[in-house]
Amino acid sequence: MLSKIVRTAANQLIVFIVIFGLYVIAHGHLTPGGGFQGGAVIVSGVVMLLVAFSSKELKKSLRERTLSIMESSGALILIGLCLAGIGTVFAYNFLVGTPIFGHIPPAGSNPGDIWTGGVVPLMNLAVGLKVIAGLSAVVLAMALFSSGEEIE
Amino acid sequence: MMEYIPLNFPFLAAALLVGISFYILIFKRNLIKLIMGIAILASGVNLFLVALGYRAGGNAPIYTDVPEGPMVLPVPQALTLTSIVINVAVLALMLTMVILIYRHTGDIDSKKSRILKG
Amino acid sequence: MDKLLTHSPILIIAIPLLVAFLTPLIGRAGGKARNTLVIASLAFVEFLVIILARDIHLNGIHIYTLGAIAPDLALPGGAMMPIRIILEVDGMSIFMGIIWATVALAAATFSLSHMARETGQTRFYTLLLLMVAGCFGMIFTGDLFNLFVFLEIASISGAALIAFRTRFADAVEGGFKYIVISAVAGLMFLFGVGLLYAQYNSLNIGFLASVMQYSMLDKIALTLFLMSLTIKTGMVPLHMWYPDSYTVAPANVTAMLVITSHACMYAVFRICFTLYGGVLDASVVGWIIVIIGLLTMFVGVTMAVFQTDVMRFMSYHAISQMGYMWMGVGVGLAVLGNPGALAAYGRDAINGGIFHILNHAMYKPLLFMTAGALFHRTATRDLNKMGGLGHNMKFTLILYIIGALSIAGIPPLNGFASKFLIYESVYQFNPVLAVVAMLVSIITLASFTKAFQSAFTGPQLPEYKNVKEVPKPMLIGMGILAAAIIFTSIFPGLVVEHIVNPATDALINQSAYVNGIMGGTP
Repeated sequence: MLSKIVRTAANQLIVFIVIFGLYVIAHGHLTPGGGFQGGAVIVSGVVMLLVAFSSKELKKSLRERTLSIMESSGALILIGLCLAGIGTVFAYNFLVGTPIFGHIPPAGSNPGDIWTGGVVPLMNLAVGLKVIAGLSAVVLAMALFSSGEEIE
Repeated sequence: MMEYIPLNFPFLAAALLVGISFYILIFKRNLIKLIMGIAILASGVNLFLVALGYRAGGNAPIYTDVPEGPMVLPVPQALTLTSIVINVAVLALMLTMVILIYRHTGDIDSKKSRILKG
Repeated sequence: MDKLLTHSPILIIAIPLLVAFLTPLIGRAGGKARNTLVIASLAFVEFLVIILARDIHLNGIHIYTLGAIAPDLALPGGAMMPIRIILEVDGMSIFMGIIWATVALAAATFSLSHMARETGQTRFYTLLLLMVAGCFGMIFTGDLFNLFVFLEIASISGAALIAFRTRFADAVEGGFKYIVISAVAGLMFLFGVGLLYAQYNSLNIGFLASVMQYSMLDKIALTLFLMSLTIKTGMVPLHMWYPDSYTVAPANVTAMLVITSHACMYAVFRICFTLYGGVLDASVVGWIIVIIGLLTMFVGVTMAVFQTDVMRFMSYHAISQMGYMWMGVGVGLAVLGNPGALAAYGRDAINGGIFHILNHAMYKPLLFMTAGALFHRTATRDLNKMGGLGHNMKFTLILYIIGALSIAGIPPLNGFASKFLIYESVYQFNPVLAVVAMLVSIITLASFTKAFQSAFTGPQLPEYKNVKEVPKPMLIGMGILAAAIIFTSIFPGLVVEHIVNPATDALINQSAYVNGIMGGTP
């Protein structure tokens, strides 16, 4: 547990880090980024909280049950999106033409439309959820391991 | 100044990284140094993959407001991203196992903490 | 039913993945629900593999393009090279698929009782299903980078399963060695894939096979592929990690890891016969593989003779049996360019090697599981401390005898049939190889007899007086494999004609694989 200045600064900064991470996840089909990259940004924010507050304090907020359910549902949404198009083929883009993520972008250089991309932005969100849950569980478990406790 | 750097400099750097990592894997006994060697090997292979996609004068392969001209190859960048994700998982698993070995045997020198022989 | 058949290649990979992530959610409702879900999904995957095998035997290669408009549209709109990830299932792939589905079902049934005392069983079944999905992906894919990704999935979950019982110090050390070797092998494989992509701008095995020119960079890539994949199968100069990892794992995990190393051997055959098929110097690479097989057989069995730990003893025998497969298929590869010798004995040699893969995949997991049954009841793996267990554990005794007679090549069991095919054909290539193979077989029989006498026969020791037979799920798991062994022993001709011959044809005939993707006339 570090001093009060560090804890207050961490509490204020985590908001901006989470917003930036969600921006990187959501715009993965237009600018560099995507599911894993945005998830890693958010996990670096969690590591900042882990250093500012000790791992014993953080264990009370990030419980193992919540992380496990978040991780499983991220993976299930991903495979479910792939299986939803199984009427045609396994990972078929069944959203093409529909108003949600179904616009067809013009060829060549264009300013970028967020409702393009088909199934890919939804898969980015599912992968981002899974990466956040998985990597924060790993980081928290290692921090607790080193001080001799278990994650449950 | 730029003309004195050979054109295949990224490939030489990737080969140097792979060579350093093989030296570490063969000659160092500390388990944490082994894990660092594998991380350097992963960096060398990822650098090689990204460097083979470069086309001279090319732009980033993103269509949002891209200027005119050729683009670099996007497929090796996707391969590198997948490789980075896999290596994160492998390194996390290896570090956890070293923590457990230290708890059981009290030493992370591989000659002293070996149990299985023959 | 027809739609199920068309989509079965991807369903066989996706269903274990789906159930692997459904298990933590269902596991909160209790152990019985989770066990039922796991066994039911593995049984459904076995059903899909069997109907796919029958259809491939009748109708030829199946391909499946992920994300296209129709499943078999590899070249959309008149494109010159295939796009998207394509799964291609031919005779050799479905042969490995049948083996893997059966052994995974037997191992999962075995683990219902063997792991019942551990905590964290939900995570065990998640990792087991991830390993099943990873290995199926490695076997069915037609794309080099997809092979790398599934190879790494199978390696990571395999290493986590080896080190699962963290209260034993040697289990964690075995898992650490496994993950270090797998990481280095995977990265070197990726280096080779990068070299091939830089030259030909494609990752598809069928397309690369049709445009391959055997330049210097291609030879470097071939060397990288062969070295990285043969390390993972336990080839002799690089086999030191193999017994350490396979000894300390739970017994059903070792059974599945043996099949994972077979899948790496399948990847070597896919690269040598299909990817570099027409342009390889077949005699040079074939002779190298034959010499490797000879060394592996001999060193494996001589190291196995004096072991006292029962699982370590069986891991060294697993190394030595792999040598038989390398030798059989290596002889076939060495005469691939020579049509007369190929028809005379080369085809029989490849047939023998592949039949031996099938037999080994049935008796080796059975033997590992009997060792696990001994460990389950006596809590030790040391043969010097065990004795006289045959009085109480009668079923385990019978299953061990079936496995030991099979591995030593005693007629009428199935080990004899495949070893005889290998001896016959390899003798015509070079007589020394066949003599060494027979010698190795005799030493194998001797060492298994010694282990049998030490563990099962003899007077009953006082500390094992109350040892009962192992629980029913373990017996059912072992019984599945024993039933497969007895079926193959009684009808070897049927098995060779319907399962092994299509695999050999698929390996020798590279153009069928290429035409499956590029769509030319056969």
